[in-house]
Amino acid sequence: MLNFIFRRLLTAIPTLLILIGLAFVLIRVAPGGPFDGEKQLPAEIEANLRAAYHLDEPLYQQFGRYLVSIAQGDFGPSFQYRDFSVTELIRSGFPVSLRLGGLAMLLAFIVGIAAGSFAALRQNTAADYGVMAVTMTGISIPNFVVAPLLILLFAVGLRWLPAGGLGDGSPKHLILPVIALALPQIAYIARLMRGSMIEVLRSPFIRTARAQGLSMGRIIVLHALKPALLPVVSYLGPATAAVITGSVVIEQIFGIPGLGRHFVQGALNRDYTLVMGVVVFYGTLIIVFNFFVDLIYGWLDPRVRL
Amino acid sequence: MNANVNANTQPSAGRSLWFDAWVVLRRNRAAIASFIILAAMTMIVVFVPLLIPYSIDATDWDSISVAPSLQSGHLFGTDGLGRDLFVRTLQGGRISLLVGIVATFVSLLIGVSYGAVSGYLGGRIDQIMMRIVDILYALPFMFLVILLMVFFGRNIVLIFVAIGAINWLDMARIVRGQTLSLKNREFIEAARAGGVSSSRIIRRHIVPNLLGVVAVYVTLTIPQVILVESFLSFLGLGVQEPMTSWGALVNEGAQEMENAPWMLVFPASFLTVTLFCFNFLGDGLRDALDPRDRGAAS
Repeated sequence: MLNFIFRRLLTAIPTLLILIGLAFVLIRVAPGGPFDGEKQLPAEIEANLRAAYHLDEPLYQQFGRYLVSIAQGDFGPSFQYRDFSVTELIRSGFPVSLRLGGLAMLLAFIVGIAAGSFAALRQNTAADYGVMAVTMTGISIPNFVVAPLLILLFAVGLRWLPAGGLGDGSPKHLILPVIALALPQIAYIARLMRGSMIEVLRSPFIRTARAQGLSMGRIIVLHALKPALLPVVSYLGPATAAVITGSVVIEQIFGIPGLGRHFVQGALNRDYTLVMGVVVFYGTLIIVFNFFVDLIYGWLDPRVRL
Repeated sequence: MNANVNANTQPSAGRSLWFDAWVVLRRNRAAIASFIILAAMTMIVVFVPLLIPYSIDATDWDSISVAPSLQSGHLFGTDGLGRDLFVRTLQGGRISLLVGIVATFVSLLIGVSYGAVSGYLGGRIDQIMMRIVDILYALPFMFLVILLMVFFGRNIVLIFVAIGAINWLDMARIVRGQTLSLKNREFIEAARAGGVSSSRIIRRHIVPNLLGVVAVYVTLTIPQVILVESFLSFLGLGVQEPMTSWGALVNEGAQEMENAPWMLVFPASFLTVTLFCFNFLGDGLRDALDPRDRGAAS
């Protein structure tokens, strides 16, 4: 197991460095600087600004400087929000995004696994086709279409739920965003779960269990669920990435002051440090998360440790 | 899974892979319907704008933000600037479909050559190449595309290349897997024994035999790419005014949906129907063409 953990670390660390390097190079070679405003700054002032942000040093020094400060948890000052550091912006935005994304993941996995197993047990019946049709809809309708429709129906039409913002922080402000964010993931997970459950139910050890007279409920819970969950567990990583990506759009639509909104604002304003900070932060999060998913997978399925 | 497979792999006279696939596909009504809808959609999007008296950026001062009606000549209504939504929706469709096809082609080029080379050469090179793919898989790609869009200007050629350049990983993996199973077959061995060079074997013998699988994943990649493009345009990071795409139109519509719901409904339904059809068609093609699923399909 230790060997396995070590091997996984060996991929995680270079990935992290590649990510940081890629983001860094991309931003530095891009045309257009943070000081290309509507007003042309006098040359001396611009030179001073560049020096203050160390933009006058050679690239490798800037990169080294950046790596050191990231290791210290410092993403530098924001170019756009002059009074905030990127770390402060992440600290204020991330908890909001985490709550939104975490709830969406939780909802997606519970509903997805349940719906997928349900469809698998009733394979090729009307119920199965119904679930599959609904999930196909979930995959095909982008969440930036679903979200406005949800607002139109539940907030504007029926007036049951608030249309946006966090208000006083009560949970009902999160219901619509969480559902909009979770829907495509529910669909993917249900389809994955259905496929793997059907495969597991066909395998010899399930037949043996049935021959021994175990009830179907017991077979599912005690024997079939764990192997059938394997593909779903390996989907945890991509699901996280998808939910983070989706949260960018959902936060924009519902006006939620999370990290995704900072990212879009930063992108529209060419806020180098903010954009890079968010990419590196989320990238690190995904890589670390994938590392743990791999460990869980290795624990669930001893074959992959070999 | 057993008797059927044998029956299908024994070549009988005149039954190519494509013929078999066509037989299976023809029975899948959802896939055929999707194909017809997509073909019709493409025709409409390409040719109908030529027949409409409005252009995408012309303001009709007499009808600003009017609901759809036949009398005014604005079939889908107009937006807040008095621009005809019908022609804008179709124009957006041109862009979305174009991005879908071109970016998919880019990812196809990269993915097939990478996967075929990796699988055919095998050994240490294969390991390194696939390890690189694994590493790239872990990166948050949408964020990198957004970086590309922001820092290199939001022009349409870059959208094609950027989206294509990030979407080839699945293709490379699948192609590699197929190549691995192909390369030990007799006809490859015969070619190698005859002294054909590696690059020629890959081009003349491996790649043509991959086309079935590739066709499936092309159909499944196009909707993904369209989705990425509309996502970017929705955020204002994709196609720029006065040019438009379905994502950009949905964004405008979402902001006006209480007063002018037609601005959301029309582009959103075009986008959704297209994604739906591509997904159904892709599923159908997979059943028909992917040898792994042959048993399940029949």
